[in-house]
Amino acid sequence: MEFGFTTAAYVVAAVLFILSLGGLSNQESAKRAVWYGIVGMALAVFATLVGPGSGLWLLSLLLIIGGGLIGQYVAQRVQMTEMPQLVAAMHSLVGLAAVFVGFNAHFEIGNVAQVMAIADSAKEADLSDLGAFAKLIAKKTSAELAILHVELFLGIFIGAITFTGSVVAYGKLAGKVTSAATKLPGGHALNAAAAGLSLICLIWYTASGGFFPLFLMTLAALFIGYHLIMGIGGADMPVVVSMLNSYSGWAAAAIGFSLGNDLLIVVGALVGSSGAILSYIMCKAMNRHFVSVILGGFGGPQGEQMAVEGEQVAIDADGVAAALNDADSVIIIPGYGMAVAQAQQSVSELVRKLRAKGKEVRFAIHPVAGRLPGHMNVLLAEAKVPYDIVLEMDEINDDFPDTDVAIVIGSNDIVNPAAQEDPNSPIAGMPVLECWKAKQVFVSKRGQGTGYSGIENPLFFKENTRMFYGDAKQSLDKLLPMID
Amino acid sequence: MKIGTPKEILDGENRVAMTPDSAVQLQKLGYECAIEKGAGAAAGFSDEAYEAAGVEIVKTAASLWKNSDIIAKVRIPTETELKRLTKGKTLISFFNPAGNEEGMELAKSKGANVIAMEMVPRISRAQKMDALSSMANIAGYRAVIEAGNNFGRFFTGQVTAAGKVPPAKVLIVGAGVAGLAAIGTSTSLGAITYAFDVRPEVAEQVESMGAEFVYLDFEEDQQDGAATGGYASVQSEEFRNAQLAKFRELAPEMDIVITTALIPNREAPELWTKDMVESMKPGSVIVDLAAEKGGNCKLTVPDEKIVTDNGVTIIGYTDFPSRMAAQSSSLYATNIRHMMTDLTPEKDGQINHDMEDDVIRGATVTHEGEITFPPPPPKVQAIAAQKKPEVKELTPEEKKAQEIAAFKAQTKQQFTLLGVGGALMLLVGLIAPASFMQHFIVFVLAIFVGFQVIWNVSHSLHTPLMAITNAISSIIIVGALMQIGSGSFLVILLAALSVFMAGINIFGGFLVTRRMLAMFQKS
Repeated sequence: MEFGFTTAAYVVAAVLFILSLGGLSNQESAKRAVWYGIVGMALAVFATLVGPGSGLWLLSLLLIIGGGLIGQYVAQRVQMTEMPQLVAAMHSLVGLAAVFVGFNAHFEIGNVAQVMAIADSAKEADLSDLGAFAKLIAKKTSAELAILHVELFLGIFIGAITFTGSVVAYGKLAGKVTSAATKLPGGHALNAAAAGLSLICLIWYTASGGFFPLFLMTLAALFIGYHLIMGIGGADMPVVVSMLNSYSGWAAAAIGFSLGNDLLIVVGALVGSSGAILSYIMCKAMNRHFVSVILGGFGGPQGEQMAVEGEQVAIDADGVAAALNDADSVIIIPGYGMAVAQAQQSVSELVRKLRAKGKEVRFAIHPVAGRLPGHMNVLLAEAKVPYDIVLEMDEINDDFPDTDVAIVIGSNDIVNPAAQEDPNSPIAGMPVLECWKAKQVFVSKRGQGTGYSGIENPLFFKENTRMFYGDAKQSLDKLLPMID
Repeated sequence: MKIGTPKEILDGENRVAMTPDSAVQLQKLGYECAIEKGAGAAAGFSDEAYEAAGVEIVKTAASLWKNSDIIAKVRIPTETELKRLTKGKTLISFFNPAGNEEGMELAKSKGANVIAMEMVPRISRAQKMDALSSMANIAGYRAVIEAGNNFGRFFTGQVTAAGKVPPAKVLIVGAGVAGLAAIGTSTSLGAITYAFDVRPEVAEQVESMGAEFVYLDFEEDQQDGAATGGYASVQSEEFRNAQLAKFRELAPEMDIVITTALIPNREAPELWTKDMVESMKPGSVIVDLAAEKGGNCKLTVPDEKIVTDNGVTIIGYTDFPSRMAAQSSSLYATNIRHMMTDLTPEKDGQINHDMEDDVIRGATVTHEGEITFPPPPPKVQAIAAQKKPEVKELTPEEKKAQEIAAFKAQTKQQFTLLGVGGALMLLVGLIAPASFMQHFIVFVLAIFVGFQVIWNVSHSLHTPLMAITNAISSIIIVGALMQIGSGSFLVILLAALSVFMAGINIFGGFLVTRRMLAMFQKS
């Protein structure tokens, strides 16, 4: 096939990808948008397979089908509560693939140089044994080669960070690695040293073109990825996952540069900017700077935190049921605790019962609730909660004063009034759901104790708050038969 | 210490500053109580009732004044009474300090402390001792009753077998405490009630009482009543004319007009002119609660009821509270009792005249041989909840200006960004070879498109967004496919692995996204 066909196919694929992302602006068009993405991807792969210079397409096809079967199996089996892990795991694959492709590019440069050294001239050299990419390299001038070196170096660097970072994130989200922020002695100095080493390797590599500096840098980058994410705690995971998402995009874009492939560049840039925007939204929702999230841990408080007065008053299922039977409007605020307890089905059942009685029931979702952007929405959707009663923080925050009952299920920091009332609180200024303005608040929580950030939550001590202790799912199941 | 209450000297004053109930409360504060013989008779409290409450009955005023440390009374004390004061005695009563220089001088020379009940500041904490309000409340109620007494028809409209009766129309000018009380009484009697006040912020209170607020077609920045301590202030000439024009328009329709407009320390403003009275229907009634200060209607004769040539009754009584002496005495006595509670924080029967306290300081006009009137402005401001600052409606011009400013700032920001970006681009272009620049342009444009598109993604779809971007970032498979045809084994191996992993990702990513999106459903 001609080169022109491939390029044309790439253009169509790129447009389809953009449409696919744009279609996610609402739930209905999103269903169509996935198909744009699938067709775009199929087109891109097909065009590359039949395009100039590709070989071994049978092997390629087999590999794709093999990988596809595994992917399909995983996609069908995964629990919705396990989405964050799955996304992280998939990022690691992209990162690793980027590293491999980058290495390959390096080897090809070496191979081409060898062949060219023998043939003495690019035009006469017999490159037919080598792939399409080799032909591209052979045409390059020395300045272009230098840039090529930098590009693939960057591609491998970002890819390696993405790989180990995603693996660690996967471990943390799956509960296989402790989710607390842990750092090796030396902390960020180690990261800085590794980054410095990589920079030296870059200079070395562009000068020599040897494999060793590239390899050394890869090790350094793998370490950075591991150590950086280890140092970030569980509740910051939405930022981490979207950041890794962004990195996987930039890695693809860098590889696209080194391979001279515009489709890779376009898609890499799309994914990269998408991840960057998500990280930005998440950081904004926590009122924290991106840098401080990446550096891990909460910034130290500027002064004495307000002492919390009062006591936590417990309530049993009878009391909650009575209040719910009397209420006209209810807002439910789910958090990571709901996902942990797998309580979304019980929540959905509760909502169905309350709505059947003509009560207004809505959900308030904080942008960083859960461990993945939009995590709560997916869980509720899985439990068949209609999406039009699931509202964002900004849409619903003003409605709390007119609400009879607010139920907090497994969230803590996102409903902490200290963010507004106590300027010395570590989360001061973070936008929170103002559930304490509702007439009555029930908090479903496993036991007394602070949230991830270790901040005491004055909400639990407020006069209109009652603590509904116990596992969220069991508590709700106990509650369900009492709603009549 | 002993609290004594003399019989009111003024003719026609029926009130008394101590009731049996209040005496019991005062004794709980540690005070002894005394009252002049027959002081409560006009208000319906017999000496026996006082005695039963543990109050000492004193035969003469002179001995009462002599033996009491604190004297509580209602009306402004006369010269004779003031002369009975001695050093260390405390007098609590109405005093009109602004118009009673001689009285203050006399009290000062005697070395007595005087607390003037009308000087209690209008702050929330002091409401329980605000005698002006409690008396105004009674005056407002009584004004409607007096008017009804002199009005020949029903207040409420009725359709009876004997014919149809239209409802009375009542206009109340000035919606202070008295005005609001009058509105409440009038509406509950069934009249159609209109009310006017120069402070537009009371419109809400008026409407909450069931009356209709009379708005003027007048635009001027009106002073917020809260700035002047909750009282009305003097209005501009234009405003006054607009007001009178409105009244003139209303006058022929109104059956009863109750005017309550008073400005502190000034003659009452003339609001109901002679021609308005003349345009009213025969049988109409005007009650002028401002009669004592000259009246809101110039035809008013203080303390008298007159009938004009066209049959309009004008009532100028100044003693409405006294006409309901039992009620007003018990309220006034309670005000005094609250004042005493504030003066006796220890409840030990000893006065602690704390001049740091806003309320006590404000009400005290002479203290330890000094005149302490006028008081400094209270530290606690505001009666009506202050309107939120800066809520003022922006005029269209201001709005436009703001929009233009915002637009300019935005333009500036964008230009700076473009400028810096462009400069950087040029720098890169100077160094980098042409082939790189071609790709670079694609890259920058793609980021740009990415930003534009992603901002529109719904928050609830962020997880599907991540899954789908994950799937399409497997586009790296294209790179691996291009390399897999290479001759080198190592390259083939790595490329094959990449293809395999990307394959997992593509299928996994798209399928899981589809699964998620299928779950989202409308109710």
